[in-house]
Amino acid sequence: MATAAVLERETYLNASYGLKSWLLTKDHKRIAILYFITISIFFAIGGTFAGLIRLELLTPQADLVSSETYNKLFTMHGVIMVFFFLIPSIPATLGNFFLPIMIGARDLAFPRINLLSWYLLILGGVLAIYAMVAGGVDTGWTFYTPYSTSYANTYVIATALGIFVAGFSSILTGLNFVVTVHRMRAPGMTWFRMPLFVWAHYATSLIQILGTPVLAVTLVLILCERTLHIGIFDPALGGDPILFQHMFWFYSHPAVYIMVLPGMGVISEIVSTYSRKPVYGYAFVAFSSLAIAVVGFLVWGHHLYVSGQSLYAGLVFSFLSYFVAIPSAVKVFNWTATLYKGSISYDTPMLYAFGFIGLFTVGGLTGLFVASLGLDVHVTDTYFVIAHFHYVMVGGTIMAYLGGVHYWWPKMTGRMYPEHFARLSAVVVFIGFNLTFFPQFILGYQGMPRRYHVYPPEYQVLHVLSTAGATVLAVGYIMPLIYLIWSLKYGPVAGKNPWGATGLEWSIPSPPPTHNFDRIPVVMHEAYDYSAVPREVEVG
Amino acid sequence: MDSQIQQSHVHPSDLHQGEAHHLETLALREQFDTEAQQKDASTLGMWVFLITEVMFFGGMFLGYTLYRSNYADTWALASRSLNLPIGATNTCVLLFSSFTMAMAVRAGQLGKKKAVILFLILTMLFGLAFLGIKGYEWTQKFEEHHVPALANFHLEGTQLQGQAKLFFSFYFAMTGLHALHMVVGVGIVLFIIFQTMRNKYSPKYYTPIDIAGLYWHFVDVVWIFLFPLFYLIDRHP
Amino acid sequence: MLAVSIFFTVLIFGAVFYFAIKYRRRSDDELPGGGHTGLALEVVWSVIPFGLTMIMFGWGASIFFKESVPPDDAMNIYVVGKQWMWKLQHQEGQREINELHIPINRPIRLTMTSEDVIHSFYVPDFRTKQDVVPGRYTTTWFTATKPGKYHLFCAEYCGTKHSGMIGWVYAMRPEDYQEWLAGSPTGSMADRGARLFDDLACANCHHADGSGRCPTLVGLFGSTVRLAGGGAVKADEAYIRESILNPPAKIVAGYQPLMPTFQGLVTEEGVVELIEYIKSLNAKPGLEQTGQPAVPGAGAGSQPGNQ
Repeated sequence: MATAAVLERETYLNASYGLKSWLLTKDHKRIAILYFITISIFFAIGGTFAGLIRLELLTPQADLVSSETYNKLFTMHGVIMVFFFLIPSIPATLGNFFLPIMIGARDLAFPRINLLSWYLLILGGVLAIYAMVAGGVDTGWTFYTPYSTSYANTYVIATALGIFVAGFSSILTGLNFVVTVHRMRAPGMTWFRMPLFVWAHYATSLIQILGTPVLAVTLVLILCERTLHIGIFDPALGGDPILFQHMFWFYSHPAVYIMVLPGMGVISEIVSTYSRKPVYGYAFVAFSSLAIAVVGFLVWGHHLYVSGQSLYAGLVFSFLSYFVAIPSAVKVFNWTATLYKGSISYDTPMLYAFGFIGLFTVGGLTGLFVASLGLDVHVTDTYFVIAHFHYVMVGGTIMAYLGGVHYWWPKMTGRMYPEHFARLSAVVVFIGFNLTFFPQFILGYQGMPRRYHVYPPEYQVLHVLSTAGATVLAVGYIMPLIYLIWSLKYGPVAGKNPWGATGLEWSIPSPPPTHNFDRIPVVMHEAYDYSAVPREVEVG
Repeated sequence: MDSQIQQSHVHPSDLHQGEAHHLETLALREQFDTEAQQKDASTLGMWVFLITEVMFFGGMFLGYTLYRSNYADTWALASRSLNLPIGATNTCVLLFSSFTMAMAVRAGQLGKKKAVILFLILTMLFGLAFLGIKGYEWTQKFEEHHVPALANFHLEGTQLQGQAKLFFSFYFAMTGLHALHMVVGVGIVLFIIFQTMRNKYSPKYYTPIDIAGLYWHFVDVVWIFLFPLFYLIDRHP
Repeated sequence: MLAVSIFFTVLIFGAVFYFAIKYRRRSDDELPGGGHTGLALEVVWSVIPFGLTMIMFGWGASIFFKESVPPDDAMNIYVVGKQWMWKLQHQEGQREINELHIPINRPIRLTMTSEDVIHSFYVPDFRTKQDVVPGRYTTTWFTATKPGKYHLFCAEYCGTKHSGMIGWVYAMRPEDYQEWLAGSPTGSMADRGARLFDDLACANCHHADGSGRCPTLVGLFGSTVRLAGGGAVKADEAYIRESILNPPAKIVAGYQPLMPTFQGLVTEEGVVELIEYIKSLNAKPGLEQTGQPAVPGAGAGSQPGNQ
């Protein structure tokens, strides 16, 4: 139960009241909370679509929805999950909340631009939801031409506009983070003393800044072609449909690193804290984030191996795609080495981190399959690819996100969540996830194409398995929603540093005051210096 | 790598949330420790933003380059139909505007309020002149039936109307996008003029004039690329 | 590949599991202390995976290359994809919809295009997949080795009935295939192409002896054509298709841009029939090649026709 002492202290939550104080806030922590709520709503919407998809796929025939509707379901699932959930997820919530604190700053460099970013996500989301409610869009989240520009008779324009606007949200967040890391580190906080979470977000921000504008211009060209019927991508009008694919994937491949790098940053923090050891190979992990960001821009053509792209382009892209796998592997090895001779506890965030390491490894290894020119011919555009990217996006990023939410929950809210329920749901998520997506590797390898509403009966068994798993996974996601909200009122009060972690965020009260630090700290320790952490663990 | 290694002891009571106007000024907002830090951050922020703009325009430049090389002859023909004197005039207008903008920034550095306002007004006038001339050029294209979206599109001298249409699509899209950025730029300059009139700036704090200048110069540079690409290549076959 | 993946999966899962148990926290104030980073270890576990991935790359790339170059004696099948069906034509003239009958142990080369949006021709059992793109030809090839009935799927989302754009490939023993071929005499594709050639009045300009205002088409297929304004191109399927649908794009050296476009007057299936007809002109006995002089070198590879 809350004590009187906690109620009196000023925190960012009680510093002012009223809707206006939240909707016009400049506090990065409040903006993070706004984002939390927003992306949770988008996740629920995208997840509902996923549920409907899996239900329909229980049987080979069409019994739940028509083909038109099914095509809209998977399109909208992809659009919402990629652009309105995964891309903002960790950076806009945990990044916004903790990046300034971790480097000893009072806020981001441009707080009002931070708020603008949130409004842009809302506006983009409104446009996308309008498209869905008005009738939906059925082009696939990849909008391949000429279907999307000249054939689809669904709400392509509204959706593309929504994504366009949301893209600027992403760009401005990246801009804010880059300037903040360069210019607002506290005295003594050198680049190589920063937590790896910050390095990960810095690399992510580089991608957001350089890649998203290309998506923006590609969407603009789609809009022009669809409204004015000029032939940029439509061969019937003189255009090149493969040019669209190049431009689209030039952003959308680096985009997956926008989605996964912040998750890796979270994992670095969690693995270190719950092993009570510095991350092994700090510099290597830091540089690998940058390497992934840079090389990630050079591999987009691996989405075009069977598109009609030239052979030699395929060679180059395949080679580089293998190259980009190495820094990710290096991170996994370094995290594993961090565990060696550590002092490991099995708190919920650590369970999510274990899940991440395992599932990201599987997802990454299957990436090697699809990077192979010869193999990809067989598995591209099948459920194998779907399984691959869900392993890294959901088994990876979402596990990291949940792990991070639990890890920093006491800091953000001043409350602890119920540990037993939390551990249980981490296990439920892990099991449900594997049940859902592992069968899809087999489905794809056996030839089941993706985006299929109806399918030949021999694939049914695996689909049923997958849907069963999805039910378990859904339960696993709903549980934290319930107990986390419950903990806001009934959870035990948390102290400054319940985990005995390093990092500036654990030196300030839980929840933090609006201005983060009473005194801007002067940093004198290296990152992950556990000898500097006070020994007692405060739990209210 | 460290920007400012300064101790900043800020007493909690100085940071009363929301009402810290006595501490927060335009030149030193709450989140910064020193005015120099804020200036550095603002400037870096504008440079990073301009880099995103390079990537944004870059996508279209890429498309332009590809089609230019694939449809060389038709595109050369189409580009010759553009009004070179108007394009050249516009180029000069923009160059002058960048000059007056640079003078405005310099005046801001020296705290010469009247000079700042004068040069900013000139910059704005040049910008509006550019937009007006471009508008006139577009109406000419309309009269010559070179607007791809309209049914009466026709470029003399070639059978490959599809390729010609594509040229003009890129022409309108890229110069249109550029013009949109000019409009925003004019709006920004107008805002800076008002702020200057209200004495918001000084030699200690003229960062907004500086970064508005950066933005303006960038938009100018984009035109410096657009002009030769659209108007000058293969002018004389 | 599976072996490598399983190895690393087991390695990581195993290591994490083992460390998590062996080094579990035993008391609240346990402090293991920092680990110094071993450069050697970092290098080792970067270089070895890199080597492994390079092997995977090489292996996959060589398979891919083999798949891109069909043998010269491959049997040609033409595929036209459209929402939401596959239309296939054998050289001998058989037309099929959503089905493809082929003999085993014979390389089959598919030349494909789409009438509308991007599709993808996917036969899982043959490990074959290739996007089918409007406005150009894409090709792939395979050799079936076992008689049987194999799934054919469209593997690029193409609209409402994408999952209905499926069919079967029937691989048959050569004798059975001959029997099937004989079953429906419709005249070969080249025959149909010849009729189209007449119907569309191509012969008015394209005289066999090259005496018209347009180049002769005898001996054209496979030759190198010199273009007005310099440059040369190989007269493959893509070149011929482009020449029919978008003649001004490439003008033969020494000729005027007189040919009108036949876009809208001939379907994609008609185009491939015309191509087969033009190919057949190479084999016409007694006709000498006249018209264009032999072209020196300059092997600019054929570019897929962009309109």
